[in-house]
Amino acid sequence: MTARRTPEPGSWLGIPPFPKAAPGALDKAEQRRNLRHATTSIREKRAERADEVADWEQLRTAAAQIKDRTLRHLEGYLLEAEGAMTAAGVTVHWARDGAEANRIVTDIAHAKGIDELVKIKSMVTQEIELNEHLEANGIAAWETDLAELIVQLGNDLPSHILVPAIHRNRAEVRDIFEVQMGRYGAPAPAAMTDDPAELSAAARSHLREKFLRARMAVSGANFLVAETGTLVVVESEGNGRMCLTLPETVVSIVGIEKLVPTVEDLEIFLKLLPRSSTGERMNPYTSFWNGPTSGDGPQDLHVILLDNGRTNALADPVGRPALRCVRCSACLNICPVYERVGGHAYGSPYPGPIGAILGPQLRGMDDPKDAALPFASTLCGACNDVCPVRIPITDILVHLRREAVDHKKAGRPSAERVAMKAAEWAMAEGPNLERAQGATQAAGRVLRDRWIGPLPLPVASRWLGARDTAPPAARTFRRWWRDHHDEDDR
Amino acid sequence: MPVPAHLPPEPDVRPDATRRDAVDAPAGVAGPAVALFATCIADTMRPSIPIATVTLLERLGCRVSFPERQTCCGQIMTNTGYWDEALPAVRNHVETFAGYDYIVAPSGSCVGSVRDQHAMLARHAGDQSLATAAAAVASRTYELTEFIVDVLGIVDVGAHFPHRVTYHPSCHSARVARVGDRPLQLLRRVRGLDLVPLPEADQCCGFGGTFSLKNPAVSVAMASDKARHVRATDAEFVVSVDHACLMNIGGVLHRQRAGVRTIHLAEVLAATGPETP
Repeated sequence: MTARRTPEPGSWLGIPPFPKAAPGALDKAEQRRNLRHATTSIREKRAERADEVADWEQLRTAAAQIKDRTLRHLEGYLLEAEGAMTAAGVTVHWARDGAEANRIVTDIAHAKGIDELVKIKSMVTQEIELNEHLEANGIAAWETDLAELIVQLGNDLPSHILVPAIHRNRAEVRDIFEVQMGRYGAPAPAAMTDDPAELSAAARSHLREKFLRARMAVSGANFLVAETGTLVVVESEGNGRMCLTLPETVVSIVGIEKLVPTVEDLEIFLKLLPRSSTGERMNPYTSFWNGPTSGDGPQDLHVILLDNGRTNALADPVGRPALRCVRCSACLNICPVYERVGGHAYGSPYPGPIGAILGPQLRGMDDPKDAALPFASTLCGACNDVCPVRIPITDILVHLRREAVDHKKAGRPSAERVAMKAAEWAMAEGPNLERAQGATQAAGRVLRDRWIGPLPLPVASRWLGARDTAPPAARTFRRWWRDHHDEDDR
Repeated sequence: MPVPAHLPPEPDVRPDATRRDAVDAPAGVAGPAVALFATCIADTMRPSIPIATVTLLERLGCRVSFPERQTCCGQIMTNTGYWDEALPAVRNHVETFAGYDYIVAPSGSCVGSVRDQHAMLARHAGDQSLATAAAAVASRTYELTEFIVDVLGIVDVGAHFPHRVTYHPSCHSARVARVGDRPLQLLRRVRGLDLVPLPEADQCCGFGGTFSLKNPAVSVAMASDKARHVRATDAEFVVSVDHACLMNIGGVLHRQRAGVRTIHLAEVLAATGPETP
């Protein structure tokens, strides 16, 4: 076996289901502090930037409607986009799943004798684990987004959609750069401090060498305009612009939900996306490209249109709105669960509320890790209110919970199911509830006003481990009512 | 038998023009007839909440009835993924309250479930007539503060509660039932009450129904942050319109021996004397 050329990443496979992964994440004091600081500041900026747009709520509605219309007629728009791109000189490929997409990228590189490439930050390539596939085929893929570079050099995994290294602070970044940069290219300057300007200067010179050498780039896309075949990448650092101008070959992997019908529709999304994601009025770099321009920039352009489970979500009228997602991360930044646990516990590159609805739809719920995700939420609803495309995230979570339970019902009966059956009986009519309250009132009479403290009982200890509970009432409300009111008030 | 109100149902409007600044309905004068949805959790765990709701509504001139067939909104089953098991509760709820013009509950969460989930569950079960009936009941269902502020048009309920309190806007009251600042409008006019703002008030307390059992560590991490913010206010009481959140926040506060009690808004608004409830 030949030596690796790129740093070995962390493994999603080693992460247990959310309920088992979360407690460990909660214990990481430094990560908790980093996440709290970062999510709080981004969500405050987002709120400011949203509040200053008078028609923000109408823009959200328009974006949701445009995406819904696109998804309703997706086949037509996809064919329109394919036609426009082909006419502009782009080679269009179709991939059913990640394996097909990965193979197409590898084949393009091999055909040109290319053994390294630069990458624009792309969620879809994380989703299909392109880098590892390329590594296994002798091709080194270098991340050029600063945060992705930190993750890659840190043998790490992304923990946020927009800010994949959000769990790291600058002291950790300094250490990673100092140790790793020299192993994989231009080393970090001696005596580099953790000053952000010094860290970005180190990244700049490390990456510059890779940009100038690369003959091929891989990107995702934020949008693909059906009528013109235009691809759009929205970014902050300019690394995307470098990847889209310097190499001769650019391969873009685009999920089929990234379509918008017309250039005019983009106006809505380019207002919503930066404000929702980074809390900026406009992001620094927005690149549009439409096939090769002779003598200028990349001459060989490829687009891979990827399904990889998206048609599963499309087939479900309740779950479908998840495909409106523009990957802004506003739902992560506002989520109280994400803020405390971070992204890794969600077990995929899509963490937080959107990951909890997208993952199980893309991958199905055979894996217990995916079946646990819809339950990784208190349903507090904060995500619904910030989503720029109005995805009803909590409704979809509850819908997926039902699917997870139905999936599980095929198996052995669980204690939870027995409890829910008991609740079904108790809540079916008043007299049943009153009979069940016989037991709670008896407990209330025994306990009087004494609170219940820690008890080493299964299930109960999940509550009582850290929380006391007041005793149930010795006399329920309905008993009180009967004692105080006449028959005709009932 | 249910006694339907004589008054026509009020649309969900914000009747500023009819708002009264203080209670002026003498006891015994017929105000709207209200069917109380006590909620299963308050009925069983803290009956002082529905008792306070009855006391308050009667003081404001309402005629309150308690349809005894009622049980639960079914949310615990629905949100745990057991929709089939939730359906009998939904059917029972809809049948129990079908004849009433004003259905009032001291809970943003249960009202949210009635509004957002009942018709959906019925449709999922293929029962269109239940869905229609559920939507009709939902349209006449009010969270307590909505009913007092919007329907009765009252913001000063004549309460006296001489304590330092902080208010936790429960997630489902704020983002599902959308009660807005109505609870605060009512609290600000309680005599003797010292209302202290709660830091990071809009953050979830971590309860989340069965979330608190499926992901107890995360739930506790959230609850302990909430408890920390409550303690920072130096309040004697933390007030909310949802008892479930108060059980969670209060459970942590009690374990910490923090000396802060939880109290439902209905209990605050029902209080008229200086004595601690």
